[in-house]
Amino acid sequence: MLIRPAADIRSSELTPEAAYWNRRDWLAAAGGAFAASALVPGSLRALAQGGSPVAQGTPYGLQPGDKPTPWEDVTGYNNFYEFGTGKEDPAELAKGFNPKPWTVKVDGLVKKAADYQLEDFIKPSKLEDRIYRHRCVEAWSMVIPWRGIPLADVLKRAEPTSQAKFVEFTTLFDPRRMPGQALRVLDWPYVEGLRLDEAMHPLTLLATGVYGRDLPNQNGAPLRLHVPWKYGFKSIKSIVHIRLVDKQPRNSWQLSSPNEYGFYSNVNPEVDHPRWSQASERRIGEFARRKTLMFNGYADQVASMYSGMDLRKNY
Amino acid sequence: MRAIKQPRGFSVLLIVALCIPPALAITGLASDILGGTRYFGSNPIKEGEHFLGRWTLRLLVVTLAVTPLRQLTGWNWLAKHRRTIGLFAFGYLTLHWIAYAFLDVQLDWTDLKKDLLKRPYIYLGMTALVLMIPLVVTSTKAMIRRLGRNWARLHRLLYVIAILGVIHYAMAVKKDLTDPLTYALMLSLLFGWRLSRWSRKATTAARTVGSPV
Repeated sequence: MLIRPAADIRSSELTPEAAYWNRRDWLAAAGGAFAASALVPGSLRALAQGGSPVAQGTPYGLQPGDKPTPWEDVTGYNNFYEFGTGKEDPAELAKGFNPKPWTVKVDGLVKKAADYQLEDFIKPSKLEDRIYRHRCVEAWSMVIPWRGIPLADVLKRAEPTSQAKFVEFTTLFDPRRMPGQALRVLDWPYVEGLRLDEAMHPLTLLATGVYGRDLPNQNGAPLRLHVPWKYGFKSIKSIVHIRLVDKQPRNSWQLSSPNEYGFYSNVNPEVDHPRWSQASERRIGEFARRKTLMFNGYADQVASMYSGMDLRKNY
Repeated sequence: MRAIKQPRGFSVLLIVALCIPPALAITGLASDILGGTRYFGSNPIKEGEHFLGRWTLRLLVVTLAVTPLRQLTGWNWLAKHRRTIGLFAFGYLTLHWIAYAFLDVQLDWTDLKKDLLKRPYIYLGMTALVLMIPLVVTSTKAMIRRLGRNWARLHRLLYVIAILGVIHYAMAVKKDLTDPLTYALMLSLLFGWRLSRWSRKATTAARTVGSPV
């Protein structure tokens, strides 16, 4: 149960989360959550509204009618096979996962290879709240208020050499902490890759949070990618390794079914998945299907990177 | 064989039980779509559609399990309920199709056409649905009498339908084959039971014919 501020309150006027939790602890101690909420009108309102955080951030490429997808769906409907193959498995099976401490290794074709503690990795950049469209290859979509930093920031700091052409990402491999890795549905660890210009694109985000909070485990805590013009599986979760390379890296879903999933995986309504149409999508929370947009609505910003490429071949 | 009588009220209980999954599906979906609840999670149309598909498979397995169960236990009264369960299986399958065509694809004809022509798992599923129609049509007492021995032959189509259903499921899932393989295993057990009985019957028959009585 959380206190939900009215929409017109600026984020600077909000109670800091720490203070707020103290108050909540105190209220709980003062005689049970329900009695407490009866005493405090704000809490009562939060109880009635389901107590979810409010979306905040700058909209990027949102289309008419795009509203942030509710917190319950963003954190309750996830593809994260490291924590089970069902959509609701990750929220359940990732409960005990502790993403702290976390180390990120940056190496390969860079001048400054290093192992970073997550805090030191993020600290030099300013965290931004950005609201992005998210399109899953399974033809459903969401609008998600991420918190994170441009991937370009950390890449620039590592100083890629002139041979570096691609970036390869790896998810944590630890079957004791990620129970889904006991099942060999994919060849663990999960790997993904981007071309260097895609990785350096200002829209490419390394997310550490969602809805103004630290990433819940099921969303890829503590560090994940979000590339809004590509299908969701490109946005690798729980990253431990970022490597600059000169050859196109392999990516898990392409390794698993090369005729269904490619390296680029740009959202494209004209190129169908062999088993379903990509022309339309279901926005989570809506009944009628929406038309899928080229590059998920980010064509103006990203299409030039693919000019002259046959997107049917490079799916 | 022991002749055990049907427990009192079984017929009514069976029908009530068979109504529960579709009732849950319909009320749950209606509430999720119209009222914004999350009985079927965040993507209720997909989940509801899959729920009905899985229940169709379950009911096909139950229909095929009636005869082995009857033979194992001697509860011969089970036989007359096979038809009821089979008809409900067709009902579930129809609801599964309605959820697919009306709620999921939303009667987008280009999509429906593409699905049907280009996507093997869709046309396998549709084939199973179409193959069930003659079984439903011939499920009346009059038709059973009229078709005589051919009735049993025709209704062996259910084996094909169940196999198509499991293949359809296996091809539809993205990666995790645990569930479809479980159904495949159950079907193999049921078919194995029948095969072993048939071959035993065949050898006994052969021996009887060959013995100089």
